[in-house]
Amino acid sequence: MLAEYSGLLVILALAFFIAGLLRVAHRFLGGTQREFAEKQEPFECGEKQIVSPKQRYAVKFYLVAILFVVFDVEAVFFYAWGALFQELGWFGFVSMAIFTIPLAVGLVYEWQKGALEW
Amino acid sequence: MDLWTVVRALFIILVVVAAFAPVITWVERKQSAVMQDRIGANRADIGGITVLGLLHPLADVLKLITKEDFVPAGANRFLHALAPIIAAIPAIIGFAVIPYGATYQFPGHEPFTLVGADLDWGLLYIFAIGSLATYGSVLAGWASNSNWGMLGSLRASAQMISYEVTMGLSVVGVFMVYQTLELTDMAVAQDSTFHLFGFLETFGLVKTLPGWLSFAQLPFWGVFVQPLAFVMFLTCIMAENKRPPFDAPEGESEIVAGYFMEYSGMRFGLFYMSEFIEIVVIAGLLTALFFGGWSIPYLSKDELIAGMTPVMGVGLATALTMVAHVATFLLKVVIMIWLQMQIRWTLPRFRYDQIMDLCWKIILPLSLVNIFVTGAVILLVKGAP
Repeated sequence: MLAEYSGLLVILALAFFIAGLLRVAHRFLGGTQREFAEKQEPFECGEKQIVSPKQRYAVKFYLVAILFVVFDVEAVFFYAWGALFQELGWFGFVSMAIFTIPLAVGLVYEWQKGALEW
Repeated sequence: MDLWTVVRALFIILVVVAAFAPVITWVERKQSAVMQDRIGANRADIGGITVLGLLHPLADVLKLITKEDFVPAGANRFLHALAPIIAAIPAIIGFAVIPYGATYQFPGHEPFTLVGADLDWGLLYIFAIGSLATYGSVLAGWASNSNWGMLGSLRASAQMISYEVTMGLSVVGVFMVYQTLELTDMAVAQDSTFHLFGFLETFGLVKTLPGWLSFAQLPFWGVFVQPLAFVMFLTCIMAENKRPPFDAPEGESEIVAGYFMEYSGMRFGLFYMSEFIEIVVIAGLLTALFFGGWSIPYLSKDELIAGMTPVMGVGLATALTMVAHVATFLLKVVIMIWLQMQIRWTLPRFRYDQIMDLCWKIILPLSLVNIFVTGAVILLVKGAP
């Protein structure tokens, strides 16, 4: 039963090998490392860094992320339902329609509230 | 684990990573050159031989590997090194579940399927792997202690999680038509034809369809039964790959290079490589979902084998069919890659609010409508069980 996963394991191992090989090759074949202050500082188009990115910042798309969670969970239900759709018939169709209505209403509400305005 | 599993996996890695991806970087340059009326890459040579500039990918790799392995001050050294690897690995393993050939039965042998791993949840695997790639770009911007990088990774995370939802919802119609999540089964289901006006017979509107309508006998491909899903899925998956016209997270003219701006050498090279590998994976996925995978239009696998068997015997007929199927699949992948290149060099970059509006306000409602319209049509035409 787990036999079909062996191909996946081989590809995963090869992917790690390729990515690792390129990084290791870069480490050993890369040019000499010279460190001086101007080179080390983060690129800011020639300016000194005015604000540090390491402080707290407002995530403006917080609402988008919440919507993502709602709709991604819904999408998972849709996959299973879609793959069995022709067996479920009209019963499945109507059930899914009832399931989708609250989400559609939620989307319209967010839209009206301006959560999707950028 | 037998030898053939390893061989099938190696074929994928060799074709996708070692053959297609480097050549695409060359195609990208030549395509842009053609569209901008230039000559394009043609300088790299070995002893004066340039092979149309095909040595440029090799020169790129050598150059990137021999650059200094540089980490800027204040960066998180561990995450800075980890991010490109997190970006590259999902791109490489995405192709594992895409079938590049059918199931073949040679006389006296076990049947086998030409696919890396024949998972019955193949498409869910693709979506899961796709969402892992988000971490690469988000970590890269966050770890490099740069404001531009930070902005880029914020944009990348919002864009990628938004399009993940619609990417999943836009293909539900395809599951409903083929009744499977398994990409190998989906390709088998597409290896047949259907009549575009067949529903007229089903509803009894005509007794038999007139002969001049036989042009509407189409391959049972996703692009013909779910054209809207194809357009939406193509849009979403190109946005997931963050290439133009959806390259707001990189935005050279606004935020320099976005999330990978503090990356150089092979650290940058891995991001670059994963982008091009993803093009191949996307092309393979589009082929498997919407263009029948390995299937040859109007010539199903069984017909092909049965037709050749009297001439050359079952073994050779199966082998030739297998070669023809793999060649068909690769041809379709090449066409899909070309389509992506064409889109990338034709359209200008969208504004960020346009990208988000396209996702939440257009594709999401449309994909929900598509699901229910598809459902109603299937139940009306095929009849409820």
